[in-house]
Amino acid sequence: MTRLVLRRFASALPILLMVSLITFALMRLVPGDPSAVIAGLSATPEQIAAIRADLGLDQPWPVQLWRWYAGLLHGDLGRSLLLGQPVVEATFLRLPVTLALSAYALVITLLFGLIAGIIAALRQNSWVDQAAMLAAMLGISVPSFWLGLLMILLFAVNLHWLPTGGYIAFTDDPLGWLRTSTMPAISLALLQAGLLARITRSTMLEVLRQDYIRTARAKGLPRHLVIFKHALTNALIPITTVIGITVSLLISASVVTETLFSIPGIGQLLTQAVLNRDYPMVQGGLLIVTALLVLVNLIVDIGYALLDPRVRYDTA
Amino acid sequence: MSLLKVEGLTTAFKTSRGEITAIEDVSFTLGEREILGIVGESGSGKSVTALTIMGLLPNPPARVASGEVRFDGKVLTRLSDTRMQKVRGSGIAMVFQEPMTSLNPVFTIGEQLMETLRAHERLSPRAQRERAVEILTRVGIPSAAQRLGDYPHQLSGGQRQRVMIAIALSCRPRLLIADEPTTALDVTIQAQILDLLMDLRDEFGMAIMIITHNMGVIAQTADRVLVMYAGRIVEEAPIEALFERPTHPYTRGLLECVPSLDQDRARLAAIPGTLPDPARRPRGCRYAPRCALRIEACTTAIPPLLGIEAEHAAACIRAIPA
Amino acid sequence: MTPLEVGAQAQGEASAEAPGSRRRPFVATLGRLLRHRLFLTGLCLFGIIVLAAAFAPIIAPEDPNRLAMRFKFLPPGAEYPFGTDNFGRSQWSRVIYGAQLSIAMGLAVVALNAVFGTLIGALAGYFRRLDDPIMRVNDALMAFPAILLAIGITAVLGPSTIDAVIALAIAYIPRTARIVRASVIVLREMEYVQAAIAAGAGHWRILRHHILPNAMAPLIVQLSFLFAYAVLSEATLSFLGLGAVPPTPTWGNIMAQGRQYMTEAPWIITIPGVALMITVLGLNLLGDGLRDVLDPRLRVQP
Repeated sequence: MTRLVLRRFASALPILLMVSLITFALMRLVPGDPSAVIAGLSATPEQIAAIRADLGLDQPWPVQLWRWYAGLLHGDLGRSLLLGQPVVEATFLRLPVTLALSAYALVITLLFGLIAGIIAALRQNSWVDQAAMLAAMLGISVPSFWLGLLMILLFAVNLHWLPTGGYIAFTDDPLGWLRTSTMPAISLALLQAGLLARITRSTMLEVLRQDYIRTARAKGLPRHLVIFKHALTNALIPITTVIGITVSLLISASVVTETLFSIPGIGQLLTQAVLNRDYPMVQGGLLIVTALLVLVNLIVDIGYALLDPRVRYDTA
Repeated sequence: MSLLKVEGLTTAFKTSRGEITAIEDVSFTLGEREILGIVGESGSGKSVTALTIMGLLPNPPARVASGEVRFDGKVLTRLSDTRMQKVRGSGIAMVFQEPMTSLNPVFTIGEQLMETLRAHERLSPRAQRERAVEILTRVGIPSAAQRLGDYPHQLSGGQRQRVMIAIALSCRPRLLIADEPTTALDVTIQAQILDLLMDLRDEFGMAIMIITHNMGVIAQTADRVLVMYAGRIVEEAPIEALFERPTHPYTRGLLECVPSLDQDRARLAAIPGTLPDPARRPRGCRYAPRCALRIEACTTAIPPLLGIEAEHAAACIRAIPA
Repeated sequence: MTPLEVGAQAQGEASAEAPGSRRRPFVATLGRLLRHRLFLTGLCLFGIIVLAAAFAPIIAPEDPNRLAMRFKFLPPGAEYPFGTDNFGRSQWSRVIYGAQLSIAMGLAVVALNAVFGTLIGALAGYFRRLDDPIMRVNDALMAFPAILLAIGITAVLGPSTIDAVIALAIAYIPRTARIVRASVIVLREMEYVQAAIAAGAGHWRILRHHILPNAMAPLIVQLSFLFAYAVLSEATLSFLGLGAVPPTPTWGNIMAQGRQYMTEAPWIITIPGVALMITVLGLNLLGDGLRDVLDPRLRVQP
């Protein structure tokens, strides 16, 4: 078991190394002189040179690369031009907001996706199945920011039930958090719930056809045990991998949701950084978020191994 | 009185090409402690017969179109699914062909055995464990107490089939249906498993219905045999009569290409031709298109199953009563 | 075996087309697609949008950028079917020209993926020595969430139509390459390919004639879903101000501008959203239909 965890960690390292290399390279690919772009049209050559020196762009690129990795090892990814704050600090200040929102959206996704998928599979080709799959299809086709806009229009502007935007931390006021997070979480979760419902349905159908399900029925087990113990446990194994992808997509989608609902999370931070040409912030933020997702997928991978005795024992 | 009585059983499946009958007018009885063999090519309806008795076919698309199954005084074909659950596992148990896929990969074999006990009997966890170890030992799993925590993938194919048999026997059923129990196994292990089944019949006093396409398996185990072809019983006979005086041309064809037990997986393909498409079966005798003895009358009506001698019947108008 | 299993088996055999004979299966496949209800629905939905985009100058003769302050915030009516915005511009024209841009950009992303995704996937799958280095970079690119990577790239390139296409293409190509690679690896081991190699056929010829034609089914399915993601992602980028720059109308930036006026003119945000949904829904249904018919073994992919 320990060996399995260590091996998975070891396999994630080259990916992280490559990810950091790509983020480094990305910002060196800015056409023309990034310092000039940052400084703006009215800047003097001296101002541009100062920015260049500040970003270390006046050094040859091997030196820049060395400094990048040296900085990484010390947890230093430079300073945000827009906020004047260290990139790492700015990112970690906003991370809990995005994580809380994603967690809320994940709960909604799992609740609706799993239930709809399981019911659809158990009532294959019935009207319940068709209605659930139609809803899932609409879910994966409705743009989340548009759904967000419509919800704001209905629940905030017209009905005044919820605020149009803003954010209250859960630790400050749990009810306020629910009021500010529910619409964003629903708009984030819709697409994911649709995807999960489709995958859960097809996985369940596949599992229900297996010989061991027939064995379980032949043993005289009651229906709920056959479905929730024998079928669902097996179906959850492939579904676990999907949950890793779901988390990644939720955090990805938070970029637009946070901007729409004025939520001060990573998504909004990155969008502002891109719009304002805050290169160190874009670079650092992208790296931190991606590293985090590699970690999430690692945990999902290990969870997968824990669920499936074949993997657990073969590698132990 | 017989333990199992099947009368005029017809099972139909809804398909895109309309409703197709998988088995038609199947009638037979099975006495206590008897071993009945059902033999035929794949597609002949052997497994559908077994699954219909067990009530394991998904409905829809499958349904019992006519006939009934009586077991131990109950009409199984009229039981609700919840009442049928109580019969499955404790009254009639079943062992399947594929030991590799018939056990759930994510639960230990101990759990899969003990949950069967829990479904049918009230036992303390300790008693469950004891029963599990006892039955695993009986089917020939060495150091059974230590293997309870094993997962199916840690066992060999033969061992898995032994576990399947242990699960089937755990609640002491009165009838065991074994659907091609040895087809997927090595030859040496095949013989061991068959011996085990025969021993267990003597010990537990249960009846066994053994389904196979292998005449060698039939010869080794069965007391009485049903031969099925294209969904119908074409011959019924005690074991000696079947091998000494096969009557139906199809049975004779099967016996000419009898694979001995050590020629594993030998298909019964030596009879020229193939099974008719279930949606386009011939009007008369189903076997007529492949039959060397075919005459005009064979293609006009389905021949009834007629007695030839005591306990021996065949569905062939060319069969000559002895 | 039950009759059901017989049926399922027959179906499975039908889908495994023999390599080499491609003409007749093509007609048969087309026939099966046209009998697929969801595929047809998708075709109709997507067809409406494509036709609107193709005939934009005819059905929307009014210039989408013509300002007419006198007519601002007119609700949908006879004169302006989709109403007007804060500058009095015809939303009918803007939404239809927005369709043109959405389809064109989606198509461009799909084309870039078809070319580079296939190339990279085929190289990695076919040449064992290239597999490791290519897939290392590929996996690292896939570790970035697609939209975030696209946003990062637009940060470098700056907001514009072309740059958004490039950013989205780079974000999705690794995923396409992975799918092509998977089929190529399977096909490379097939006997007829091994026979061609033994007969001394060149690598290029083997790839073109024996491997890629048979790797098409999963690729086509992937590309139709990708089209949907590309249209959706483009709208997201331009909603954030990272796509085509106003006044060029895109569904995303129309909605971004309409946000401020959603109380007095809710049609500005609702109508482009409906158009976007119809497009994405149509493409997803097309993708489902193609998957069912071309490659029944594939399951729903995120």
